Amino acid sequence: MYTQGLLTPSPKSPAAVEDAELLARFQARIDREEKIEPKDWMPDQYRQTLVRQISQHAHSEIVGMLPEGNWIGRAPTLLRKSILIAKVQDEGGHGAYLYSAAETLGVSRAELIDQLLSGRAKYSSIFNYPTPTWADIGAIGWLVDGAAIMNQIPLCRCSYGPYARAMVRVCKEESFHQRQGYDIMLQLARGTPAQRQMAQDAFNRWWWPSLMMFGPSDGASQHTALSVRWKIKRFTNDELRQKFVDFTVPQAHFLGLTVPDPLLHLDESTGHYRFGDIDWSEFQAVLAGNGPCNRERLAARRAAHEDGRWVREAALAYADKLTSRTRSVA
Amino acid sequence: MSERKDWELYEIFVRARGGLDHKHVGSVHAAGAEMALEHARDLYTRRLEGVSIWVVRSADIVASDPTDSDPFFEPARDKIYRHPTFYNIPDEVETL
Repeated sequence: MYTQGLLTPSPKSPAAVEDAELLARFQARIDREEKIEPKDWMPDQYRQTLVRQISQHAHSEIVGMLPEGNWIGRAPTLLRKSILIAKVQDEGGHGAYLYSAAETLGVSRAELIDQLLSGRAKYSSIFNYPTPTWADIGAIGWLVDGAAIMNQIPLCRCSYGPYARAMVRVCKEESFHQRQGYDIMLQLARGTPAQRQMAQDAFNRWWWPSLMMFGPSDGASQHTALSVRWKIKRFTNDELRQKFVDFTVPQAHFLGLTVPDPLLHLDESTGHYRFGDIDWSEFQAVLAGNGPCNRERLAARRAAHEDGRWVREAALAYADKLTSRTRSVA
Repeated sequence: MSERKDWELYEIFVRARGGLDHKHVGSVHAAGAEMALEHARDLYTRRLEGVSIWVVRSADIVASDPTDSDPFFEPARDKIYRHPTFYNIPDEVETL
């Protein structure tokens, strides 16, 4: 992923005619399912859309480590603890793959991290909900990672090469995440009445936020049309949400859980589950920074960044010392 | 929130198994090549995806320019006689 030559903002084209011609050629490449690579010409808005989307995605992976990290020290067995550490490490890895992909578009990682820590960048609203019980770890793996997979599989065919390749890597790892989550739920569902209740309670709290993960309804989404034309997005928010519901409801039934939606029913004519209205005011509130844990999450990220500063600086000082020593020998 | 300077960017190439060539997989930031190797191991081979890793400073990579790719690769375009299928060999001739 070559970033040199991309660090300066692309100059505005002198002739709009040339722009239109480049744009037509660009769209033709997309329509032929060609991948766009870092040094290829691309419209500014394509670049900006991707930087926004990939960096938000990266931030979500990084902040996503926090709700689960809450249970590493309290996992019920050593095996569950090892699994959870591996999963949280994967999330950090996904963040790193994605920052890498974003950097090919000419932004620096430091800049992106600064956007997150200063509160200017958004990340997935789902990670602003708390994880008070062990069943939440099961529900996150099963539902949150399940919804993420639904979103991410089409991104493996995204028109931007580095993003698509990062998503292939991410998707390979997500399946483990979802299955370990369902495995936790399965064990609770087969447990004592109190354990079954714990599973139901976590399901009740995570169901609706998981549906919100797909974003606003198609009519209300600002970004969908252009992203679909540029093949950054392959399906609309509502299509993916419906698919998620259709996959997940039978899995919930297998666990003996009740979906917390009195309007949910199978529409025999279409084979789709119909569900009640999503409370978008909750989504907007969480996105605006007023979810249950927004402030806590950002504070934790900032503290981690500050606490690590001396390590980053010491590593640089050591690298400089090695370089100067090599020079003086040479 | 300015750092003294940022860790450098390294491109990562991983050999998946003995006998295969190294393939580009992504990049990491690191303070020096040794650290880049360790970061690459932690990031790109958590599930035994590799038996060997190369790291190269991104700034050291020289790449062809996509806007020039037509003239750049043009010399190979009209030399179809470089391909075996260019030659019509009678069916009677075997193992050729």
